[in-house]
Amino acid sequence: MIAEFGHFALILAFAVAIVQAVLPMIGATTGWRPGMAVAAPAATLQMLLAGLSFAALTHAFVTSDFSLRLVYENSHTQIPMLYKVSGVWGNHEGSMLLWVFILALFGATAAWFGQALPRELQARVLSVQAMIGAAFYAFILLTSNPFLRLAEPPMNGRDLNPLLQDPGLAFHPLFLYLGYVGMSMSFSFAVAALIEGRIDAAWARWVRPWTLAAWMFLTIGIAMGSWWAYYELGWGGFWFWDPVENASLMPWLFGCALLHSAIVVEKRESLKAWTILLAILAFGFSLMGTFIVRSGVLTSVHSFASDPARGSFILAILAVFVGGALTLFAMRAPAMQARGVFGLVSRESALVMNNVLLAVASFVVFIGTLWPLFSEMAFGRTLSVGAPFFNTAFTPFFVALALILPVGSVLPWKRGSIARASRQMAVPMLLALAVAALAYAVGTGQSALAPTGAALGAWLIFGSAMDAFLRSGSGGNRLARLWRLPRADWGRVISHGGLGVTILGISLLLAWSVEDIRVAKTGDTFTIGGYDVTLQSVDTVEGPNYTSTMATMRVARDGRQVAVLYPEKRVYPVQAMPTTEAAIDKGLFRDVYLVIGDEQAGGGWAVRSYIKPFTNWIWAGCVLMSLGGLISLSDRRWRVAAGAAKVRARAVAAE
Amino acid sequence: MMRLLRLLVLALVMAFPLHAVQPDEVLPDPALESRARAISQDLRCPVCQGETIDESNAPISRDLRLAVRERLLSGDSDTEVVDYIVRHFGEFVLFRPRASGSNLILWLAGPLLLLVALAGALVYLRGRARASESAPVALTSEEQARLRDILDR
Repeated sequence: MIAEFGHFALILAFAVAIVQAVLPMIGATTGWRPGMAVAAPAATLQMLLAGLSFAALTHAFVTSDFSLRLVYENSHTQIPMLYKVSGVWGNHEGSMLLWVFILALFGATAAWFGQALPRELQARVLSVQAMIGAAFYAFILLTSNPFLRLAEPPMNGRDLNPLLQDPGLAFHPLFLYLGYVGMSMSFSFAVAALIEGRIDAAWARWVRPWTLAAWMFLTIGIAMGSWWAYYELGWGGFWFWDPVENASLMPWLFGCALLHSAIVVEKRESLKAWTILLAILAFGFSLMGTFIVRSGVLTSVHSFASDPARGSFILAILAVFVGGALTLFAMRAPAMQARGVFGLVSRESALVMNNVLLAVASFVVFIGTLWPLFSEMAFGRTLSVGAPFFNTAFTPFFVALALILPVGSVLPWKRGSIARASRQMAVPMLLALAVAALAYAVGTGQSALAPTGAALGAWLIFGSAMDAFLRSGSGGNRLARLWRLPRADWGRVISHGGLGVTILGISLLLAWSVEDIRVAKTGDTFTIGGYDVTLQSVDTVEGPNYTSTMATMRVARDGRQVAVLYPEKRVYPVQAMPTTEAAIDKGLFRDVYLVIGDEQAGGGWAVRSYIKPFTNWIWAGCVLMSLGGLISLSDRRWRVAAGAAKVRARAVAAE
Repeated sequence: MMRLLRLLVLALVMAFPLHAVQPDEVLPDPALESRARAISQDLRCPVCQGETIDESNAPISRDLRLAVRERLLSGDSDTEVVDYIVRHFGEFVLFRPRASGSNLILWLAGPLLLLVALAGALVYLRGRARASESAPVALTSEEQARLRDILDR
């Protein structure tokens, strides 16, 4: 009954979305106020209906209602509650329902917090958002209905894919979707502005908070996925250049570029057309990410429910929205005049360079991801494009980006001097070189990766610190002034520093990781990277819905015990699927990473051990980047405008 | 049924990460072994979904890893080893596509686009540097009302 209710709510949400797409657009075009007034309440109602529908599906999963086909296929009575809930989006239908729910949620936030927007702009934004919504409601209702019943409900379900039964992965899709779908707001704003034919500083100021929020979520989502891969897949890799990972990286890169170019529109009224184009591309690539995952055109470990029919539907949505937006862009872009005037050396130019590098880097990821498909169709050449290509073709862009970032961030608007900015950045430069020398001394005789990466990372970290220091002016009372810096400045400093932390982590991990593969008998001790590891025992342990082979391993250094670790190999009987659970002793400067393998014919166990230096810096940097986004989001300048709306609303009410 | 099959394939492909490089495969000579590892990390498992033979657990990946080591032991250079594998399994196993023929598009696309983008950016920036500041557009009455709202707060 509740499931039917959820299905019905979804159909109603579809209907509301159609109304929300049509009436406000007509209203905004003809100046018909009642039409425009429909937008905000409709957005709220649509969000409530989509939310109800999502809640109904969650209810079915939580109560293990196996009369629903989806629950039967993706859940089991014995799995922990967390995975019953995360099972809702651990499958195609449920994850698409989450997708539209988040879409409706973002639309509703534009209705709630966007009251100060010009009436026409808000109506158009909500209308475009509802068009996207309507397309995806149709997609779900026609091809991927999550509420299908089974005539004869089975006694128990087929279990959730064991790889998805993990706290890291339980929330990874949630954040990823908040990011993907959040880009729809920038898209809706861009299309609304194109229809209106007007882009100014106010527009940029409005679009930025939503872009920031989406980018922040996307950063967390990507980091979570990478963290999961690191500890779950059993060899400590953190990024595989898998098509689906690339699909999330492209909107991230475009979102990043958009954040920076929107600043130029806001402060200097330039780069308007380009910013609009970036907003369209950022969401276009989010849609393409959805298409890649859902269609299975590119085989990937992530495509747990790929289906060509669904793929073509999403491709059609992608074509209509991105094609339509680009057509509109081509018609209107020439009318968008840049106003600001600035020299070749200026903050504006530095931000243009940032955009060039990010956009081209994203394009490299794009062509690398789709090349196998294209090459096979056009040239009949079946081939693969993997990590070695991307490492060679993509990395230089980030090196260049990291090199210019600290100097660019202290260049003044309009006209600056490279010599002056370099002088200001002399201290961070020296510190970065010192770090490089240190890295070289510590890892003698190894590749140039460690010193180079460490120097780049340190350059960004110290450069950001210097950026904050320079902001605080000169003379006394610097600390107090530093504290009172606008939040946007702090956000920038922390995000840029976070990028440095991530770069440092990635390069030192890749350069200094140590590996040991061997057969160990119980009681054996072996040495890896200065640590003595003893395999003490291997036992069979029963989990709630799996059987585990669990090793007890003691890690010691110079005779002193560092940790006792329990790497596991689990078998989930319902899906007859084994997984590895690496045991990791986490540390600031290194992880000890142990994996237990199969019992060997001649006695003993296969054991893989790794010392992975600076691993946690990778994700700590990502957390810093999103934290910077969050701080910037709390900047006063967004609230000033929002507050004005409230004052006006109160004044109207008092009349 | 298809769904089950897909899960099964997924299970086969992903589920045995531990079958990656086994202790009995490791060559006694560390220099040769590290060359073998480097080569295997650029080769794709022919039956998996985007895994290298170094990570993969499929039996064929083990055969390939052993083949790589055998060729190395018999004195082949790294390129000869890779050529040998490609002769038997085709270009598909190369994770680093060869920069020849149509693949040149792939390899050159990034650098070429960068040049184009830099040229475009330079034209734009020079245009901005030479332009004269245009007169600000006057505010509409509605905008002036909002401005008062904000300033009076």
